[in-house]
Amino acid sequence: MKLILTGTAMAVAMSVTAANAQTEVQWWHAMGGELGAKLEEIVQGFNDSQSDYKVVPSYKGTYPETMTAAIAAFRASEQPAIVQVFEVGTGTMMAAEGAIVPVHQLMEDQGAAFDPQAFLPQVVGYYTDTDGNMLSMPFNSSTPILYYNKSVFEEAGLDPETPPKTWAEMEEFSKQIMESGAASCGFTTGWISWIQTENFSAWHNQPIGTMENGFGGLDARLSVNGPVQVKHWENLKKWADEGIFKYGGPVGGDNAPPMFYSQECAMIMNSSASRAGVLANATDFEVGFGMLPYYDDVEGAPQNSIIGGATLWVLSGRPDEEYAGAAKFFEYLSSPEVQADWASFSGYLPITQAAADQMSDFFTENPGADTGLNQITLNEPTENSKGLRFGNYVQIRGIIDEEFEQLMSGSKDAQGALDSVVERGNALIEEFQAQNQ
Amino acid sequence: MKRTIFNNQLLPWLLLAPQLAITFIFFIWPAAQAVWQSFLREDAFGIKTTFVGMENYWRLLDSPEYMNSLQVTAVFAVSVTLLSMGFSLLLAVAVDRMIKSSQIYTTLLVWPYAVAPAVAGILWWFIFNPTIGILPYVLDQFRYDWNHISDKGDAMLLVVIASAWKQISYNFLFFVAGLQSIPSSLREAAAIDGAGPVKRFFTITLPLLSPTTFFLMVVNIVYAMFDTFAVIDSTTEGGPAQATNIMVYKVYFDGFVGQNLGSSGAQSVILMLIVIALTVIQFRYVEKKVEY
Repeated sequence: MKLILTGTAMAVAMSVTAANAQTEVQWWHAMGGELGAKLEEIVQGFNDSQSDYKVVPSYKGTYPETMTAAIAAFRASEQPAIVQVFEVGTGTMMAAEGAIVPVHQLMEDQGAAFDPQAFLPQVVGYYTDTDGNMLSMPFNSSTPILYYNKSVFEEAGLDPETPPKTWAEMEEFSKQIMESGAASCGFTTGWISWIQTENFSAWHNQPIGTMENGFGGLDARLSVNGPVQVKHWENLKKWADEGIFKYGGPVGGDNAPPMFYSQECAMIMNSSASRAGVLANATDFEVGFGMLPYYDDVEGAPQNSIIGGATLWVLSGRPDEEYAGAAKFFEYLSSPEVQADWASFSGYLPITQAAADQMSDFFTENPGADTGLNQITLNEPTENSKGLRFGNYVQIRGIIDEEFEQLMSGSKDAQGALDSVVERGNALIEEFQAQNQ
Repeated sequence: MKRTIFNNQLLPWLLLAPQLAITFIFFIWPAAQAVWQSFLREDAFGIKTTFVGMENYWRLLDSPEYMNSLQVTAVFAVSVTLLSMGFSLLLAVAVDRMIKSSQIYTTLLVWPYAVAPAVAGILWWFIFNPTIGILPYVLDQFRYDWNHISDKGDAMLLVVIASAWKQISYNFLFFVAGLQSIPSSLREAAAIDGAGPVKRFFTITLPLLSPTTFFLMVVNIVYAMFDTFAVIDSTTEGGPAQATNIMVYKVYFDGFVGQNLGSSGAQSVILMLIVIALTVIQFRYVEKKVEY
C-alpha cells in the first residue's frame, strides 16, 4: 500500500513539473460523443509526441454555442488560442480583423512547415481570401451525399446497386417504390438550407449570391432566387404533396434520419459525416451510397458539391509561445496519418491529397465511403461552387428554413419564398456590412 | 403595535445592503447594459462599435417578423394562462370534494412541477413526434394528420399544451389551498337555501377564490412570457416559419445565435417595458375587482 502511495505521489509530482515546463494551448471545440473521444485521442497523440506544448481540448457544446462562447470570452479577454467554428460562421470570423490570426500568417510567423498547395482546393477554397491566403485550418469538413435502402430497392424491383442519378430518376424510383409498397415515402433530407439550397446551387453551377457568392467582399448580396432553384423548390413542394418527399424539419432536420432508419423513406440526403450513424442505425437493411441527384437539363450539372463542417480559427491576444504551440499542432493535425485516421473514423473528408491517398485501402474495404470525396472533387470548383461567404449567415440559414416552411404549408409559392429569402437575407447582410465597415 | 426606531442613520442601510447589492448586480446593472446596448451597433467581437441612437428600435418596429412575434406571444401567453388555470381549477375542485384520498391525488398532481422545463420539452417532443410519436399515431386513426413540423397551428398547440402542463401543478396547489380556506358553512348555507352545485360554485366559491386567481394570473402570464423558453427550444425552436417564436425566444436567437446584440438589446428593453406595463395594469385595474 505504502509503495502504491509513494508511486502515486511521485507520478503526481512528475506530472506537475512536466506541466510547468509545458505551454498549454487551449482548444475549444464542438465535438461531443464518440467524435469528441476520438478528438481527444488525436490531441493525446500530439501531446505525447513532444514535451514543449500541451494542447488542452474543451468541449463547449454545439457549433453555435462554441462560437458564442469564444466570442464572449474574447470580449472578456479570456479567449482560447484555438476555436472550432462551423462553416457558416466563416463570414463573421473573417470580418473580425484584429480578433483572429490568419492561419497562413501564423504558420509563416512561426516558421512552420506549411504548403497551401497540399490541401484539397475544394476544402480550403471555402476558407481562403481573394488573394489565396488560408485563414483557418480545415479540420472536419463534410459534404452531403445520398444514402439509400438497398433492401427496399430490391423489394420494389429496382437494381439495389444503382442509386438514382438525376432528379427525374429520383421521382421515378420513388414512385415505383411507393407503388410496390416497399416503402411509403421516396425520400427525405436533412439540412434544407445546406443541401437543397446551397449545395444544390453549387452542384448545378448556379450562384447563390453576387460577387463570387460573397467571396468578393462585403458588398455582395444574395441571388438564390434564380430559375433553377425556383424549379427545384417547386418540385419539392409538388413531391411533398404527392407524398414522395417528406420534410424532416428545420436546421439539420432532426426528424429526417428516423424516417430513413424506420424504412418509411427509402432514401435520405445527409452529411457524409453521418455515415457511421446511418450504418449503426440501419440494422434491418443494407445501405447504399450515391452522389446527390441533379437535373440533366441544367448546363454544367453536375459540377461539384460544397463542404460543411468546421475549421479551426486562431484568436489573437494570446502569449507568443502559445502560437508556436498552435502552429506545431496544426502541422501535426494536417499530417496524412492523422487526417486519414480521423476521416476514416468519422466520415469527414480528408483535407489533403496525401491523406486521401493514404485512405485508398480504407475506401476499397468500405465501398461508398469515398462518395463524398469523389463528389467534391468531381470538377474544378467554379465561382459558384467553391462555397459561400456572407455575414450573419447563421440567421440567414434560419430564414431559408422558415421560407421553406412557408412553401410547405402552402402560404407561399417557390418564387415567392425564395424572393423573401433574398430580401430578408440581404437586410441582414446590409446590417452586417454596416457593422463591419 | 410596537415600532422599532433606529437612531443610527447608517444601520438600516447596512441591513439593506446585501439585498441592494444583489439587486444592483443581478438586475439593475444588466438591465442598464441592455438599454445601453440597444443604442449601439456592434460587430460580434466588439471591435467596432457605433452609436446609432434609436435605429435598432425603428428597425424592429418596421420588421414584420417582430410584429409576428408580438402577436404570437400574446396568443401564446393568453392560451397557456387560460388552459393551465382552467384545468387546474377543475382538478382542484374535484380533489377538494374528496375527503379520503385527496392527499394522494394532491401528491400525484404536483409531480409534473418537479420536471425540468427542458425535460418536459423533450417528453412532449417524443409524444408528438410525427414519425415516432404515439399521439400522431393515435390521431392518424381518427384521420387527423398531425405534423407540427410543417403545420403552424399544430406547433402552437404543442407548445401551449406542453407549457400549460408544466404549470398546472403549481396552480393546482394554490387553488386547493384557496378552496380549503373557504368556510364550508357558506356553501352549506347556500345549499340549504336551495342553490345547486353550479350556482354555488359561481356565486360563492369563485368570488372567494379571486385573490388566488388574481395572484395566479400574474404568475402565469410572467411564466408564459419568460419561463417557457426551454419548452420552445426543445420542441419547435420557434418554428415552423416563426409560428411559435415568442419574444423571449427571439431575443435569445437574435442575440445569442445571430450575434446581433444591438437588436437583441432593443428587444429585451421592449419586452421589459411590456411586462412593466402589464404589471401596472394588473395591479391598478384588475386588482380593484379582487376581494380579499
